[in-house]
Amino acid sequence: MRWVFLGIALLTSIVVSILGTRGTVNGRRPLMLFPDMNAQPRYDPQGPSAFFADGRVMRTPPSGTVPFGGSDYECDAGSPRQNPDFLQADDAYYRGKQGASWVSKNPVKLDIELLRRGRERYDIHCAVCHGATGTGAGVMTKFGMVGVASITDDLHKLMSDGEYFNVITNGKGRMMPYAPQVSVRDRWAIVAYIRALMRSQSGRPSDIPEALRGELKR
Amino acid sequence: MPLVFTKTADIVLGRIVVGCVLSAGLIVSGLYYYGHPLYTRVGYAPIQPVRFSHEQHAGRLGMSCLYCHTGVEQSSTAKIPPTQTCMNCHQAIKATSVQLETVRASWTSGAAIPWERVHRTPDYVYFNHAVHVRRGIGCVSCHGKVNEMPVVVHDKPLSMGWCLDCHRHPEEYLRPPDEATNFHWQPPEARTQIEEGRILQAKSRIKATESCTGCHR
Repeated sequence: MRWVFLGIALLTSIVVSILGTRGTVNGRRPLMLFPDMNAQPRYDPQGPSAFFADGRVMRTPPSGTVPFGGSDYECDAGSPRQNPDFLQADDAYYRGKQGASWVSKNPVKLDIELLRRGRERYDIHCAVCHGATGTGAGVMTKFGMVGVASITDDLHKLMSDGEYFNVITNGKGRMMPYAPQVSVRDRWAIVAYIRALMRSQSGRPSDIPEALRGELKR
Repeated sequence: MPLVFTKTADIVLGRIVVGCVLSAGLIVSGLYYYGHPLYTRVGYAPIQPVRFSHEQHAGRLGMSCLYCHTGVEQSSTAKIPPTQTCMNCHQAIKATSVQLETVRASWTSGAAIPWERVHRTPDYVYFNHAVHVRRGIGCVSCHGKVNEMPVVVHDKPLSMGWCLDCHRHPEEYLRPPDEATNFHWQPPEARTQIEEGRILQAKSRIKATESCTGCHR
């Protein structure tokens, strides 16, 4: 009987020492003794595929494809209107262009919500290089990012809103296109916020509402 | 005097003892298996093709989670960023680093970087990131302190019981939706997490579902 207990103790210690206990951190692939329909024969987003030649589940649209964006004509109970998203045909909104020139004014209606959204998106995507105030002193400049534009200087104030939109969309110089990361509306929100940043650079104490002036620190 | 036990009593007794030992063994190994990292995935830290450090990027550099995981506010998946997102900076920063060789190869060839998936729910669970993040469940609540992880470790079990803990008492985890990606968020001084959570819950009218069809379809 003693040998049985010793055997069990030995077996347990071997299993535990090989497999480890709770709190073990390692790269061993999780083990499902009972699969429980855990992994079903289906494609998950961004997963691998043996079927497609490039090994990806997600397909890239053929070049030149434009999102349909709904039908060209929305007819809702007697108030038909053109759908602005149809084939991304709205040049001003989707490309910041009007004919051959850049649109001068933001096609999205300016309100405080848009500016808040713009600030949030700017802080996420732009501030890493351009800095929170737009002076071009973001955290990346400490790690070897050179030639970051100070987007609030006088030269950049001359750029039109459409040109700003185009730079975010397609990049400029070393800046890569941000179209894959920032949606069209968010890009316009960022453009609006950049204008607010420019204004803030030439701000005076008298611009601050009377009630908040006490919070101003030197 | 008649015998109390028949002759087969010894055999029955032996079987009972063996049965007890075997069931005890089964219970112990069951508890061991279902609490084990290999089953719960807690502690799973696979070796990635690129030694990307969240500690460096999200921690020290203070980059927002949303810089890379752009899908988290709109779609069910947070999205692993495309190689282009890496190259936004790494065409200039550490542009000749050996550690980034795989990234550059992917950028020139167009082939995807074969990242190892760390977090996953079973295929019969339809988890949606957007719905949680936009209502004010922080990244940190499910993924742990990623900003302190040089290698991402599966931090929480993502089991059904664990999900229901929060679905039954969301006030213990809620935060303002715009603080969802903030790893250092604390409830305001005047209130506890529960009080703050209750206010936010009422404000956003959150009724975390406990119905099966909430997650299983």
